[in-house]
Amino acid sequence: MLRLEAMLVTLVVLSALGAVAAHHQSRKLFAELEREQSRARQLEVEWGQLQLEQSTWAAHSRVEQVARDKLGLTQPAADHLMTAEVR
Amino acid sequence: MKKPATVTLNHNPVLARALPAWRPRLVLMALLGGSLLLAGRALYLQGVKDDFLKAEGRSRYARTLEIPATRGRILDRNGDVLAVSTPVQSIWAIPADARLSPGQTRELASLLETDVQEINQRLDSNKGFVYLKRQISPGVAEKIATLNLPGIHQQTEYRRYYPGAAVTAHVVGFTGADDKGQEGIELAFQNSLAGKPGSHQVIKDRRGRVVEDVASLVPPENGGDVRLSLDSKIQYLAYSALNKAVQTYKAKAGGVVVLDARTGEVLALVNNPSYNPNNRESLSGAQLRNRALTDTYEPGSVMKPFIAALGLDRGKVRPATLIDTAPGRLTIGTATISDSHRHGVLSVTEVIQKSSNIGIAKIAFNFTPAEMWTYYDRLGFGHAPRLGFPGEAAGHMRPAKSWRPIEQATMSYGHGISVSLMQMATAYLALARNGDIAPISLTRLDEAPATGKVMFSAEVAKQVREMLELVTLPGGTATEAQVPGYRVGGKTGTAMKIEGGHYVKKYVASFVGIAPISNPRVIVAVMVDEPSGLKYYGGQVAAPVFSQIAGETLRALGVPPDAPLVPMQMARQQARQSRDDVRENM
Repeated sequence: MLRLEAMLVTLVVLSALGAVAAHHQSRKLFAELEREQSRARQLEVEWGQLQLEQSTWAAHSRVEQVARDKLGLTQPAADHLMTAEVR
Repeated sequence: MKKPATVTLNHNPVLARALPAWRPRLVLMALLGGSLLLAGRALYLQGVKDDFLKAEGRSRYARTLEIPATRGRILDRNGDVLAVSTPVQSIWAIPADARLSPGQTRELASLLETDVQEINQRLDSNKGFVYLKRQISPGVAEKIATLNLPGIHQQTEYRRYYPGAAVTAHVVGFTGADDKGQEGIELAFQNSLAGKPGSHQVIKDRRGRVVEDVASLVPPENGGDVRLSLDSKIQYLAYSALNKAVQTYKAKAGGVVVLDARTGEVLALVNNPSYNPNNRESLSGAQLRNRALTDTYEPGSVMKPFIAALGLDRGKVRPATLIDTAPGRLTIGTATISDSHRHGVLSVTEVIQKSSNIGIAKIAFNFTPAEMWTYYDRLGFGHAPRLGFPGEAAGHMRPAKSWRPIEQATMSYGHGISVSLMQMATAYLALARNGDIAPISLTRLDEAPATGKVMFSAEVAKQVREMLELVTLPGGTATEAQVPGYRVGGKTGTAMKIEGGHYVKKYVASFVGIAPISNPRVIVAVMVDEPSGLKYYGGQVAAPVFSQIAGETLRALGVPPDAPLVPMQMARQQARQSRDDVRENM
């Protein structure tokens, strides 16, 4: 009888410890999840900024200005155009 | 020892009387009842109806924090960003806590790009909260954070950026202070662009530090992206061409619409004057107006091809049918209409090519006002295009019952009716396609729509397209609309404006064209409002703009040229020769 009780008490204690450990684990994992999610948000923000930067550098008006002023490119006149037809 | 005498300490005579037995019992019962009631209430509150106390307890340590959701992006058809939200930081301070050394203040001032005095002035205020600078870039904010200054805090806010600036301003629109769409697509697609903020629960200690994350209650739902049908390259080409024209011809305003003839998608929609949505400090109403959609004007002769198409479709005329337009004047009732030049006898084709008012009015008189009204109504005039864009104009067309013959005549060449540029471009879809009008779309379509609303037969559309091409060839009214390498066609319009019920000497010059004629890909509609220089005719002002935009657009889309030019034939021979050379060498 006494042994049975001791065993039950041990089991209860073990289960309680297990519950505590599981709870702790879950909180730790949750914290990690949150961290990763905020990192994902951070990366998304950075991506948005990079997109913004890219579209600023690649703005058609800027490309045209660089092509015309810096590289000295011009639009070819119609009689300078050749169309090659491949059959 | 004597037996102690009975000592009565209390001589109160009231106590000397014996109490009835029920009284102490009653008091005892009352006390017992009271404590039972309390115990019961306590049990009830903690066992049965325990939500209230639980909630109160939780509110002492648990906090629900909001997770902001980002607003969706607006993209063009190729995925180029037209509007994007990025977080920025605002620097604020609690003046009482902010005790900065002079060195720290100097450092902060240089990072915020303000002077030391200004910061000191703000920190001297006796308010509990002051902004030092709003909306600074995250990079600078991070540097400030590493300084670890006491009493200086940061707050994340979202700011909307428009990389296209003035070029796409009217289509994309902008958002207001609370990140809600106020104009354009930002307003039209508010529901799908806006995200839903999420929330999560944390446990905070007495000092407000987050001790533990408890649960994620609602994950944030970021707003969806909107993919427009616009092509940012064509949009830019149209914008710069229109901008140049408005300056050259000293015009008040202008608008351009480019439609994809195959799908009905809007490839470009620009207006002048425009504005920079990233900096809206000095905005005027004129800059904000999306004229192509929200303003109406009398289209003038641009309308004529539709009457020709109606006549051809109902078998009233053939392209070669001759119409007498002499002597350049026609009196209907008490009013007289006239042509700008005397033409004599013209074929239907020439009526379009030379833009004869009398010729087209005579074709229109083959129909009743009701027939013409129904036809115009089906072309989309008189009701809003239903693009889902805020403020689309319906234009004005009077009911057929009130048309007098003179009005039917003027209506046939686009006077006495008002339309928006978008409506006109849409109606031209019927001429560019096989006589049907596909529904137009501001968002990118995954596949071309099936046949739209049929206005006339494919054969008639082709015949009218050939007439439109003649308009741009020698002898037509818009030779400046020609595009080297491509066959194009279109119709000019020069309409006087009405002010206070009278026609005044102010004009709206327009040109709506189709390119290339052999296999239409795009419709380009150009409208220039009040050109005040020497030139004001549609063929002089709007046609060159069409030429530039159509040519650049076709090249941007990679449409093969359909007009045989001599150098090209040589190139073809050379290409064939070089291929033969390659074969010989193999």
